[in-house]
Amino acid sequence: MTRFIDLTLNGISTGAVYAAVALALVMIWRATRIVNFAQGGMLMITTFIASSVIGSSGSYWLGFAVALVCGLVLGAVVERVLMRRVEGGPPLNAVIVALGLLILLEAGAGMIWGNTPRSFPPAFSIRGYDVGGTTLLFSPNDTFTVLVVVAVAVGLALLFRYTAVGLRMRASALAPEVARLLGVRVGRMFTLGWALAAFVGSLAGLLVAPSVFVGPNQFDPILIFGFTAAVLGGLDSPPGAVVGGILLGLALSYVSGYEGASLVTLAALVVLIAVLMIRPGGLFSTRKERRV
Amino acid sequence: MNAALARLRAPQSTLLRSLALALLAGVALFIASELLSAYDDLQLASGSYYFVVLAGLTVLTGLSGQISLGHGALMAVGAYTVTLLVGNEHWALVPALAAAILTTALVGTIVGAAATRLRGPYLAGATLAFAIGLPALADKYPNTFGGANGLIINPPTPPSGLGSSFPLERWEAWIAGAGALVVVFLMRNLTRSGVGRSFRAVRDDEIAASLCGLHVGRVQTLAFVVSAACAGLGGGLLAVVLQLAAPGAFELGLSLSLLTAVVLGGLGSLVGAIWGAAVLVLLPGWSNDLAHSFSLSTNVSNNLPLAVYGLVLIVAMLVWPSGIQGGVRRIIAVARRILRRRIGGTPEKLDKHSTQDQEEQPNES
Repeated sequence: MTRFIDLTLNGISTGAVYAAVALALVMIWRATRIVNFAQGGMLMITTFIASSVIGSSGSYWLGFAVALVCGLVLGAVVERVLMRRVEGGPPLNAVIVALGLLILLEAGAGMIWGNTPRSFPPAFSIRGYDVGGTTLLFSPNDTFTVLVVVAVAVGLALLFRYTAVGLRMRASALAPEVARLLGVRVGRMFTLGWALAAFVGSLAGLLVAPSVFVGPNQFDPILIFGFTAAVLGGLDSPPGAVVGGILLGLALSYVSGYEGASLVTLAALVVLIAVLMIRPGGLFSTRKERRV
Repeated sequence: MNAALARLRAPQSTLLRSLALALLAGVALFIASELLSAYDDLQLASGSYYFVVLAGLTVLTGLSGQISLGHGALMAVGAYTVTLLVGNEHWALVPALAAAILTTALVGTIVGAAATRLRGPYLAGATLAFAIGLPALADKYPNTFGGANGLIINPPTPPSGLGSSFPLERWEAWIAGAGALVVVFLMRNLTRSGVGRSFRAVRDDEIAASLCGLHVGRVQTLAFVVSAACAGLGGGLLAVVLQLAAPGAFELGLSLSLLTAVVLGGLGSLVGAIWGAAVLVLLPGWSNDLAHSFSLSTNVSNNLPLAVYGLVLIVAMLVWPSGIQGGVRRIIAVARRILRRRIGGTPEKLDKHSTQDQEEQPNES
């Protein structure tokens, strides 16, 4: 029973990270109908930057802040320089460009920092809470992870719903032509969307880095889990992404705990295919599925 | 007049043409393998098995418009099937390769069965998960799959009729080359048949295709299974040539470099797949040489091929989507036009018609 509780708690904290990656993917999908496969590489780069800053300055929070700012900038640059050219084109082209960027970023990180994964400090203690003599598999750092992700999700929801910028971003995503006619700088909104998404992604990288280590390929599974979580939630809905992330985190935690960690990625694949076969629009879809 | 001459020279039937082409390629491969050194024969062999995989992938992506990031993992299925059957069960090579094709096609059916739903980014994501997840099975079942070290088989023995001094590398090049020839023949026929047309129809307009009576999901699944079978054969040949199937050889990087190779060669073009295979075989050596001559650090030189792949994918998609083969085709078209004009007598009208023909089939051959 304690094991089940441990796995559940662990699932919630890893699920929060998947939810953050899923949020990053969903925001870009909503804005530009592109699945940003480069997200794994982008958050890897910002986490490496954080690692370097922490190593040289000794301050975790400085590295944390620098990584988030770098995420914002990187997202904006990627959209403006690369993705702008393939937006609205054949989906295949966008996927291939995103993958090219993923490979390029991973190769670049390998060139600069080497291919050997290195450790990354957590924000808070990773020693589990003591409850009635047993140590839970849930630490102050896990609390921090969950709280940060919840705060970001709520913040984004408020931004989209209650601010003028949020309204413009939603309008640009929903009906670019009409929004442009009404005076919205649609391109700028897309850039902002990518920047925010990359910001959330780099946050996820920082949160998950202590447990997966930092290396050029260390975040590939995180990208998969984020994608699966996003599909689980419908790829179109930010709340769905959060719930999908938590559900996937729980499912994968049980698989990992009872069946072994090596099966986790395949389990995600099974979840992905099952969802797409049964409810292609995600768990919370209200729209009819796409028919041909 | 010209057309009549051409009709006399080349056989009309696609089947015969493909057969003639495969035979010609076979003779070229044979001569090349005789002339080359042992090391280059090995390169030829690896180029051949890469070509087998790329031919399947280019048909999938170029013709049916689907993307797979999991072909490296599908190769692993073929490779492990061959090593298990040859190593443990002592099967002969040809039935083992056939079994590899069947097994991989089966796995491809399971992964691609969802193809009715797994469109575009969904299929990409699912195959990406497959590529990352599958190699972990080797660690999960170390007794069957040999863990991280993988499985080893004995090298194939050249038949005694070829003489005792016949180099092993040449024999491997022949085996892999034979596989490539079979694939050239089959895929060339497939792309020019009704099935190939249905692939293209589904790629260009799903709704129109289904109005014409095509079952879109079934066509897409079929395309995925065909290309999975090619990946299985390619993986099986890889296991024969390297005498090894290990999880490290089939990681995500392999799948991504395969995708790069087909994009670089030119999507949907079998000739482009040859270019792609050449790049896959030659690039690591070149980047090594480059790293040596500029005395780059090992970090840089190890990651140089990957960086090139990434750059190539981005630049090719943004600037030159038709790939190498598209460029070659354009050069040939221009050369033809100049040649015709020099010979003279050809009316301008015919000239235009022929260039139109060239542009109409950018996804064939």
